[in-house]
Amino acid sequence: MSEITLVEAVNLALARAMGEDKDVLLLGEDIGVNGGVFRATNGLQARFGRERVIDTPLAEGGIAGVAVGMAAMGLKPVAEIQFSGFIYPAIDQIINHASRMRNRTRGRLTCPMVLRSPCGAGIHAPEHHSESPEAMFAHMPGLRVVAPSSPARAYGLLLASVRDPDPVIFLEPTRLYRLFRQEVEDDGVELPLDACFILREGADATVVTWGAMVPETLAAAEKLEEEGVMIEVIDVATLKPLDVETILRSVEKTGRCVIVHEAPRTAGFGAEVAAEIAERALYSLLAPIKRVTGYDVVVPLAKLEKQYIPSVDRIVDGVRQVMEAS
Amino acid sequence: MGNIEMGFDLHMDLVQLLSPSGEISKAASNSARDIERLVQFYRAMTRTRIFDNKAISLQRTGQLGTFASALGQEAIGVGAAAAMEERDVLVPSYRDHAAQFYRGMAMSECLLYWGGDERGSDFKNARGDFPNCVPVATQAPQAVGAAYALMARKEDRVVVTFIGDGGTSNGAFYEALNMAGVWKTPVVFIICNNGWAISTPRELESAAETLAQKAVAAGMEGRQVDGNDVIAVHEVVRRAIDKARSGGGPTLIEALTYRLGDHTTADDASRYRDPEIVRAQWTREPIARLRAYLVSEGAWSKEQEAELHKACAEEVDREVAAYLHASPLNSDAMFEHLYAKLPDTLQWQREEARRFAQRSANGDGNGHV
Ligand SMILES: Cc1ncc(C[n+]2csc(CCOP(=O)(O)OP(=O)(O)O)c2C)c(N)n1
Ligand SMILES: [Mg+2]
Repeated sequence: MSEITLVEAVNLALARAMGEDKDVLLLGEDIGVNGGVFRATNGLQARFGRERVIDTPLAEGGIAGVAVGMAAMGLKPVAEIQFSGFIYPAIDQIINHASRMRNRTRGRLTCPMVLRSPCGAGIHAPEHHSESPEAMFAHMPGLRVVAPSSPARAYGLLLASVRDPDPVIFLEPTRLYRLFRQEVEDDGVELPLDACFILREGADATVVTWGAMVPETLAAAEKLEEEGVMIEVIDVATLKPLDVETILRSVEKTGRCVIVHEAPRTAGFGAEVAAEIAERALYSLLAPIKRVTGYDVVVPLAKLEKQYIPSVDRIVDGVRQVMEAS
Repeated sequence: MGNIEMGFDLHMDLVQLLSPSGEISKAASNSARDIERLVQFYRAMTRTRIFDNKAISLQRTGQLGTFASALGQEAIGVGAAAAMEERDVLVPSYRDHAAQFYRGMAMSECLLYWGGDERGSDFKNARGDFPNCVPVATQAPQAVGAAYALMARKEDRVVVTFIGDGGTSNGAFYEALNMAGVWKTPVVFIICNNGWAISTPRELESAAETLAQKAVAAGMEGRQVDGNDVIAVHEVVRRAIDKARSGGGPTLIEALTYRLGDHTTADDASRYRDPEIVRAQWTREPIARLRAYLVSEGAWSKEQEAELHKACAEEVDREVAAYLHASPLNSDAMFEHLYAKLPDTLQWQREEARRFAQRSANGDGNGHV
């Protein structure tokens, strides 16, 4: 066992998946010799060869479409989109084909592929390198949407995603790629793709979040504890299908809920979580649900990105608001 | 490969008027040899290179974000921009500041952009030019649309757009070429073929012998030019622009150059390419080549060289100061230009951003990069 970063955990899971199943292959821009611009595929071409780690031409729509074709013919492609800001041409293939190949052919053909992409702001990247597109994918029937927030969860969830028989969108927060290290055992053990993770227990309020906002939320939990407020932190991790039960049980216990995400507020995935709680646990609520999210603005360039990303202060403030209500 | 029926030559001849050692070709017209203009080109290319060096050192010292230098590719931007009229429209990629500077973009604007400040795209000059385009190839159809608009409005203006070799693999590029061919829009596509798309070499991008031949399927003229030869670039682009302006439709120009630096400051090219190849490419670079010619013509001296470097360094220093002392941005800037008028329903979000910005004002809130 050794302490590794989130991006190293991605690499470890990919290597594991390729080692155990010859049908698994990787494709994407600059993933071969260069090992990916974040080094997620570092060393994998040297180890598994050019036929299984393919440096593609610069064509996201093509990458996704090729992956659909490969998957339908029995391979298990793991495609990388270099940044989620460039994922949009791929969406045609994902929505019109990957997500519905099984349904259209009544199960005759399937699409066991993974589309990995770094996402989120906070690394001083250039324009179009800081998007958080999870809600768009979560809206699409037939897809799984996963967002890891720690090395261990990245490893276990990515392994599960590659082994899963259906298409998975795997969104890796760039801000967390090298933020911290964690012991990860390369034991091939996967994590469930339909369960939230309770990262911290607390009786006063439930804070639901995922991806890059998890560390901020945990930091907010520490601050709030100093004030005597104990929050329960839920990392959704697998946004679709959504494990509503875990969230409801927590909200029924605490009676208060704050939802935190980096993506813009309107029609963000937080709206879905809030709606589920409103439909199924309204009478348990002691205060209105609160969302702490990115603003409804174009994610700004580096100078202002800290103003955009929900801060620990904003999360603390959001929790205080639900504590003060009622 | 020979002529196909439509009369296009698939095996396009590479246009070169100035050899790597600085000898002018007999084919160069008198106007192509206009020394005064060539000195101007030389100054412009040098200015860009001195800027690039400074920008990289700013990035290395934490004063600039990720930056894409144009090292070795200065001739394409300068030769093309010099062939444009001020009123024409540039639709750039993200590595085209050689052309942008020629068209009047301030260096401080370029620095603001890469320094993470949207004001860098609000050009003081050439206000009809498009901003940098990072999502590769998405600019190409926009260039066709812009050209269509100019044509529809009967304006005497043309569009010049840049794309990389990697960009020509993208569907948007083919769609753009195809539409331009059908509608005969006044647009000139220039491929800066620098041999690399980050770590991906040209031969992994396309099995086509040349990128210029992609013009053939779109029913337009394709040309291949030595992109390190500013004289040839200027000639070829000038002709394409003249043609577009007189209703002759689009042209695709592949300019062969070489990316002498890393892809960006976030890249480490030593991971994937042999430094020996790069060293060999330095013998073909555009600035030394033109200098050799100017010197051989008695049109350039050591004193002029020293003066030029001094003047460029001074300009760069002034522009860097302007960039570093730009007024600080506050959170309102995120909302200011979102819509023509911020909808009332979003005002509370602007308030909330202000509230939390103030809270972290002495910390990292009002962030500079
Ligand atoms: C659609 C899209 N995909 C991926 C990227 C990431 N990326 C930025 S530059 C680049 C390579 C571009 O190569 P090329 O078109 O040859 O231009 P060059 O950088 O060499 O000037 C890539 C893959 C992007 N910006 N846009
Ligand atoms: Mg290139």
